[in-house]
Amino acid sequence: MSEILTAPLVVEFPFTRSLGPVQSAFLTGLRERVVLGVRTTDGRVLVPPVEYDPRTADEIRELVEVGATGTVTTWAWNPAPRPRQPLATPFAWVLVTLDGADTALLHALDAPGPDAVRTGMRVRVRWAAERTGAITDIACFEPHESGGAGPATPHTGVFADPVTGITTPARLDYTYAPGRAQSRHLAALARHTTIGERCPACRRVYVPPRGACPTCGVATGEQVEVGPRGTVTTYCVVNIKARNAAIDVPYVYAHIALDGADLALHGRIAGIPCDQVRMGLRVEPVWTEGARHPDHYRPTGEPDAAYDTYKELL
Amino acid sequence: MNPANNEPVAVVGIGQTEHAAARRDVSIAGLVREAALRALADAELTWSDIDAVVIGKAPDFFEGVMMPELYLADALGAVGKPLMRVHTAGSVGGSTALVAANLVASRVQRTVLTVAFEKQSESNAMWGLSLPVPFQQPLLAGAGGFFAPHVRAYIRRTGAPEHVGSLVAYKDRRNALKNPSAHLHEHGITLEKVQSSPMLWDPIRYSETCPSSDGACAMVLTGRRGAARAPRPPAWVHGGAMRSEPTLFAGKDFVSPRAGRDCAADVYRQAGITDPRREIDVAELYVPFSWYEPMWLENLGFAAEGEGWKLTVSGATELDGDLPVNPSGGVLSTNPIGASGMLRFAEAALQVCGRAGAHQVDGARRALGHAYGGGAQFFSMWLVGAEPPAG
Repeated sequence: MSEILTAPLVVEFPFTRSLGPVQSAFLTGLRERVVLGVRTTDGRVLVPPVEYDPRTADEIRELVEVGATGTVTTWAWNPAPRPRQPLATPFAWVLVTLDGADTALLHALDAPGPDAVRTGMRVRVRWAAERTGAITDIACFEPHESGGAGPATPHTGVFADPVTGITTPARLDYTYAPGRAQSRHLAALARHTTIGERCPACRRVYVPPRGACPTCGVATGEQVEVGPRGTVTTYCVVNIKARNAAIDVPYVYAHIALDGADLALHGRIAGIPCDQVRMGLRVEPVWTEGARHPDHYRPTGEPDAAYDTYKELL
Repeated sequence: MNPANNEPVAVVGIGQTEHAAARRDVSIAGLVREAALRALADAELTWSDIDAVVIGKAPDFFEGVMMPELYLADALGAVGKPLMRVHTAGSVGGSTALVAANLVASRVQRTVLTVAFEKQSESNAMWGLSLPVPFQQPLLAGAGGFFAPHVRAYIRRTGAPEHVGSLVAYKDRRNALKNPSAHLHEHGITLEKVQSSPMLWDPIRYSETCPSSDGACAMVLTGRRGAARAPRPPAWVHGGAMRSEPTLFAGKDFVSPRAGRDCAADVYRQAGITDPRREIDVAELYVPFSWYEPMWLENLGFAAEGEGWKLTVSGATELDGDLPVNPSGGVLSTNPIGASGMLRFAEAALQVCGRAGAHQVDGARRALGHAYGGGAQFFSMWLVGAEPPAG
């Protein structure tokens, strides 16, 4: 049994959001130390505000200002904060109904320990020193004994220089395991050989192998060495540089059927001018020191393969 | 769907947003709301008339919204109603409409709102399609580079002359000028401009590729009783089907995928179509790269194998031809990915209702809406008619 590989896979992107009128007012308000809610058709005040009434589906635009003090309605202690959570030290996740609001807002409560937190306790907003128009403009909540503030008051939602869009970075951390079949394939690549696996039912050879035949639905155990030479079955000339791509344009991106394989894999063709690459061109892999995969494929100098020999492998 | 046993399905409301490269004036909720309200207004219905909502969009990484059905329930009046999300890559707009249609056909629900959207400006679809997988060679070419070799294979297989792709692009961009909702309105477009645009992924030129759009589409589907109360004659669903196959497998025909052929055959069987070229008046096909028009014409049985490009060259697929393809301007002119399939289905319905406006095909009675997605692995299609289905 060969070694089973694993590697970290990080998926990370700064998504953007157009806020629309209600979220724009809410986040701009936070920048100005004003917490806004929205009044529903039946008179309730929702904080944070939404664009559409959750009960009636009506468009709702009647903004109101609520207090920066409120009451904890429920909570959960977070003993081990993760990166980018609101506080670096242990804290409570709390739902806070701000004075004048009918719904609760989720945020963090800075408290010395779970014994210091209880449902019904009074809290107030601790504003961030630097505010940009984001939910993080509320740094967190903190305990604060006070009586309830008055009811919500009408607000135009109009501020100078409103925030209309935000960036919301997202990050997912995975551990990726390619599985046994691919691990065997990768071990062979390290020896500069390519192995596929033959389906016991249809007898077709899969490169790279997947451990199962997608057509027959059975495991593929029989290993078959293929290549190293192959045939360009079809291709395109890439003239536009993809973001973050290390390869200079133009280059040829080709489907290559390695000898003995029953479907083509994808690779780059070099060692020949782009305009001389053709379907049927015979190629072989070119390895570079330390690389896991062939760097590219180059012409072997053999006569071109006849179309009929590869037309099922495009 | 089997018209003999099931409730007939009528399209009684159709709405779409204005499509643009970036709709920064609205949130995602505001975007889907715009399409949904237009569909409701078109049907002269209100939120309380809707029994269930079916929503679709392309893969989650395209906007980083993992559960749009949860996030958008308020905006779509779905609170207290069944709400579900459909997920079949680029074909999802079509699949979403079919799931909604099946709820009506099976009499599980009476009246269903179906919505599909994409807000491509909030992310980067190219990034979403090329996540680096450890140990694997990175995909070398992006979406255009992925499909361009299949176009070359089509040209080799059929002997099609190299200008066919430009003819399709020139046609679809001119059609879009008659569609006020389209994203691209290229006034002054000429065939020469298309043919002199940069060659991005040889053999695909810049003007032969789809744009990146923000937009949404919505439809209200209902049964016989709902149709009887509709403000105007609806479009009727005569057949609908989905098929899938793996992205890569030994023997896969990328030029004419079997899943596409089988899907079309199923739809035609349901609709009683034996000669699609003669019996279908107009088709809205998912053509993100212009060469896919002749490829799909063969895959869908409008032309014999190797003959699709001849139909394009003959002018038959022009707005005034005898088989207009993408009178709306198609995906080549408007591509909010998740909504693109539903736009094909909705435009087909508008055609048979005679309500397509300046891009109306005279006398259209039966129309095909088509979508595909992933690495040509998901297919969804419906055939709509001006008359209720027989039986």
